[in-house]
Amino acid sequence: MESEPLLSVRELRIAFDGVEAVRGVSFDVRPREVLAVVGESGAGKSLTARALLGMLPRSATTSGTIRPDLSAHRGRRISLVPQDALSALSPVHPVGDQLAAAVRSVAGVSRKEARARAVAALERVGIPDAARRARAYPHEYSGGMRQRAVIAMATINEPDVVVADEPTTALDEERRDQVLRLLAEQREAVGAALVLVTHDMDVVGGHADRVLVMYAGRLTELGAADEVLARPRTPYTAGLLASLPRNALPGRRLPALRGTPPAPGALPPGCAFAPRCPLAADACRTAEPEPREVEGRLLACHRAEELPHPAHALFLKERQTA
Amino acid sequence: MTDDLLLDVRDLVVRYGPVTAVDGVSFSLAAGETLALNGPSGCGKSSTALAVLQLRRPAAGHVRFEGRELTTLSERELRPLRPRLQPVFQDPYGTLSPRHRIRDAIAEPLKVQGRWHPADGPARVAELLDRVGLDPAYGDRRPHELSGGQCQRAGIARALASGPRLLVLDEPVSSLDPSVRAGVLNLLAGLQDDLGLGYLFICHDRAVVRHFADRVVEMREGRVTSG
Repeated sequence: MESEPLLSVRELRIAFDGVEAVRGVSFDVRPREVLAVVGESGAGKSLTARALLGMLPRSATTSGTIRPDLSAHRGRRISLVPQDALSALSPVHPVGDQLAAAVRSVAGVSRKEARARAVAALERVGIPDAARRARAYPHEYSGGMRQRAVIAMATINEPDVVVADEPTTALDEERRDQVLRLLAEQREAVGAALVLVTHDMDVVGGHADRVLVMYAGRLTELGAADEVLARPRTPYTAGLLASLPRNALPGRRLPALRGTPPAPGALPPGCAFAPRCPLAADACRTAEPEPREVEGRLLACHRAEELPHPAHALFLKERQTA
Repeated sequence: MTDDLLLDVRDLVVRYGPVTAVDGVSFSLAAGETLALNGPSGCGKSSTALAVLQLRRPAAGHVRFEGRELTTLSERELRPLRPRLQPVFQDPYGTLSPRHRIRDAIAEPLKVQGRWHPADGPARVAELLDRVGLDPAYGDRRPHELSGGQCQRAGIARALASGPRLLVLDEPVSSLDPSVRAGVLNLLAGLQDDLGLGYLFICHDRAVVRHFADRVVEMREGRVTSG
């Protein structure tokens, strides 16, 4: 039995000047799960995540529903770990003060109590000598410590949902794994669900329970992370996975997706992935596929049943122009 | 044996004021070969790359390129060698001037080196664009009108314009989407096969390095730890 979803997103659409960047996405966030939202630049994954927080640019027009709407409880029931840890902290206030202010913004506690919680939160994310470090400014922290402080900030009020928007994109491999481990730990400690936005399929394995693959503002594939990684069922997901060096078969050439994603407002007819898809057929160029359930997984693809496994050979065409 | 070496680096030391970023690093590289420098941020791999390019003069050690010692050459003496020793950097948008069209960016090294002929220059640029998998029509665009992968391909075309023997690739695919990364790595592999280029490949991603490099030198805190 699946538990009641924490968040239900239905037919979410986000447009700028009448051009849709997110085009009818539906999914749930379940309690305490890690949901990875994956796709190439421009897939609409960050916008989707920011819609959960009510943090879309003012120029965006949206439709569809997100229930319950947690955006009014931002910082308490839902919080953000942004990509750039430095920009998330104010340069002119000590880190501990910023954490304490976050506590006092939602809980009626004394300054002293807020302060104590701030120090405890810094301790929890492994900042040495936290009581003294709480009085230091962000520029006195190393990059890794700042990242930890931002994660402490996002979890200090024990939210239901933490949204992490490309939290590891600028980091090398070692730090990437450290940050993801820390996020997982802290999420576990406060019992929050984590929505992890990333362009890196490598991050999904071992760090996510479910994965939502997006392309050109739509859902492509949604399912259990280990199952999707083991056996992708849409050509787009298969291509993303095949292009990872760690999955490469012997030989010099890597499988690769040809071309680039379409710009919003310049979508091809039918399936937005069709021009890049090695399996595209006539139906793909006329009708946009709707998500359908296949063996516990949601797929939006006319040709899913035709996808071979493994699919590497499909993506080993000579000429690439991406 | 030594004659086959494209690049031979011995006991390289790079300092920034009191900080020693590279502390006695040695490796060598033959034509047609890819040697990767791998390690976490701050291990000195990019400083090593800059010293090989002589864009940062080493404090000590030797850099021999095609048998010539570079560390003792003046800027003027280095100039005729530079076309044969070309960098490709991580940020493709930072490599190309935002104000120039792609075709001008690619033509620039030819013009600077006095190898530009109005009669066949434009055709040469179109050929280079085609060689890196870009439709020559992209030559009319500016960097911000290209995707990250397309822009990195243009950066590679610019490096090729000089007729290099060695490319120093400093995290060339690290800022690219993984799906695009594969295409750029394939391009580099194909160019190496066709042109016999040597690659000094700086990369922090172990999976990419394992796939792409013939040999790997692991670095940590300015020193070689294996390789």
